[in-house]
Amino acid sequence: MLDTRYRVEIPGGINLEAQVVGPIPRSLAFAIDLAIRGVILFVLSIASIPFGAFGLGGGFFLIFLFAIEWLYPVLFEVFWRGQTPGKKALGISVINDDLTPVTLGTSLVRNLLRTIDFMPLFYLAGLVTMLCNRRFQRLGDLAAGTLVISVRESSRPASQKDIVPLAPSTPLLRTEQTSIIDFLQRSSQLSEPRQRELAGLLEGVTHDKGENGVEKLHRIGAWFLGVR
Amino acid sequence: MKQHAFEAQNRPIWERIEVSLEKPSQEDNSKVLAEHYLLLCQHLAIAKERLYDASLVERLNNLVLALYRELYRYRSETRLNFYAFFKRDFPLAIYRHRYFIVLALLVFVLPGLIVGTWTYFDDEAIYTIHGPSEVRGMERMYDPEARKLGREREADTDIFMFGFYIKNNISVAFRCFAGGILVGIGTLLVLFFNGLFIGSVAGHLTRLDYVDTFYPFVVGHGSFELTAIVFSGAAGLRLGYAIINPGPFSRLDSLRLAGRDVVPMLYGIFLMLVIAAFLEAFWSSSTTLGNEIKYAVGALLWALVLLYSFSGRRYESR
Repeated sequence: MLDTRYRVEIPGGINLEAQVVGPIPRSLAFAIDLAIRGVILFVLSIASIPFGAFGLGGGFFLIFLFAIEWLYPVLFEVFWRGQTPGKKALGISVINDDLTPVTLGTSLVRNLLRTIDFMPLFYLAGLVTMLCNRRFQRLGDLAAGTLVISVRESSRPASQKDIVPLAPSTPLLRTEQTSIIDFLQRSSQLSEPRQRELAGLLEGVTHDKGENGVEKLHRIGAWFLGVR
Repeated sequence: MKQHAFEAQNRPIWERIEVSLEKPSQEDNSKVLAEHYLLLCQHLAIAKERLYDASLVERLNNLVLALYRELYRYRSETRLNFYAFFKRDFPLAIYRHRYFIVLALLVFVLPGLIVGTWTYFDDEAIYTIHGPSEVRGMERMYDPEARKLGREREADTDIFMFGFYIKNNISVAFRCFAGGILVGIGTLLVLFFNGLFIGSVAGHLTRLDYVDTFYPFVVGHGSFELTAIVFSGAAGLRLGYAIINPGPFSRLDSLRLAGRDVVPMLYGIFLMLVIAAFLEAFWSSSTTLGNEIKYAVGALLWALVLLYSFSGRRYESR
C-alpha cells in the first residue's frame, strides 16, 4: 500500500508526521527551477558580452555558470527554509530525515549527487531509486539523509455553526464517533449519492433514510464536535 | 472537553503562532519558540488522545513541525566557524580519510606514471589518448619558441581563465566525488582517466624538451589542484566503501553516515580549487617571472599543502 506518511518521534514525546512527496511534484519544481536558471543565464550571457566574451565578461559568466549549476539549489535550500523557487511554487520542501531543517552539509551532498541521479539521462537513476524506497528518496537524498515533504496546508473543513446538533439515541464508541465526525468534515468532498449510501449504512443510528439520514448524521457529528 | 470548545479556547494562540511563523524574527526568540513548541506539543497530544477530527490533528501537527524546524534552525552547524574549520575540522577529515586518500592517489598517479613513461619514449603514444588537433594545441601552448615571441597576457584574459578553471576544475572534482555512490566505480574512473590525461601530456612535453615552459607553469597551482582532486576521489571512495562494507549498520544507514562524514572534505576541496584556479589564472600564467621564482614558490606551496594535510592526526581522539 502506498502510504506517504513519514513519522518521527521528536522531543516532547510527539510522533510528528510529514507527507513525503513523489516524483511528479518534484519534477515540476525542477522544471520551474530549470526555467528560472535558464532565464538568469540568458540575461547574464547578454549582459556579459559588452565586457568581452573572452575577457572580464566571459570570466564572470563562467563563474556564474558554475554557481548556478552547482550552488543554486544549495543556497536556496539552506537559506530559504528548504525551498528553491520551484519547490516553493509546488509547496514542497527539503528537510533532514529527523525533520530538522537541512544544513549546508546535507544540502551540499544531496545536490552534488544530482549528477549521478541524472544519469544516464533525465534523472532516470534518481527516478528508479525514488520508486524503490518508501520515502521517495533519490540517491542524493539517501546519501545526505534528506526527504522532500509537502508543506502545503490542506483545506480546512467549513464551519458547522449553522447545523443544529442532535444527541444520538444510542451511546457510541469513540472510534464510531470519530467516523461520524469525519463523515461530517468530509461531506463537501463526497457526492450526494455517495453520502446517502454511506448514511444508509447507519440507519440503526439515525432511524432515517436518504436525505434525512444524511442530515441527521451531520447533526450527530456536530453534537460530537461540541457545536452549541 | 469537546472539540469545539477546545478549538474556541485555543484558536487565538494558534493563529498568533501561525502569523509569527510566517515572518520569523531575525533576533533570538528561542525562548518564545520553546514555549510555543511545548504548548503545541501538548495540544497535539490532547487532540490525538481525544480523537479530535483529522483536520484539527493535521493543523496542529503542521504547527508543531513548523515550530520544530524553526527551533532547530539555529544550529551551530549552520553557522560556519572558519577558524575551527581550517585549524581542526578539515585536517581531521583528511586524517580520517587517509586510507581512501592513499587508494585515490594510487589510482590517479600510477596510470599517469605508466602512460607518461610510454609517451616519453614513444613519439606516437600520445595519439592513442589525444586527438591530433589537441596535441598540436598543447604543443603550441608550451613551445618555448612561441613563448618568447608572445607578450604578457592581458589582465582580462586572466579573469576569463579564472572563471574557466573554476567552472571546469571544480565540476570535475564534484563529479569525481559524486561517482562514489556507484559503489566507488564512478570515482575510480574519473581518477584513472584524469591521471592518464595529465601523465600522457607531461610525458610527451618532456620528450619534446618543453620542460622550461611546462613545469614552471604547473608546479604552483598543481599543489592545490592535484591534491584536491585526490581528496575528492577519497571522499567519493568513502561513499562507495560505506555501501560495500557497512559494518554494523544497514547499507542505507552506513551510506548516510558516510554522507555526513565527507562534508568537511567537500568544503575543503571547494576552497582548495578556488585557490588553485586563482593561482593558475594569475600566477602560473605570468611569463615575466623567472623560472627560479616559480619553482621556489611552487616548492613552498607544495610544502604548505602537504604539511597542512598531515596536521590532522593530533585532533583524533583516542
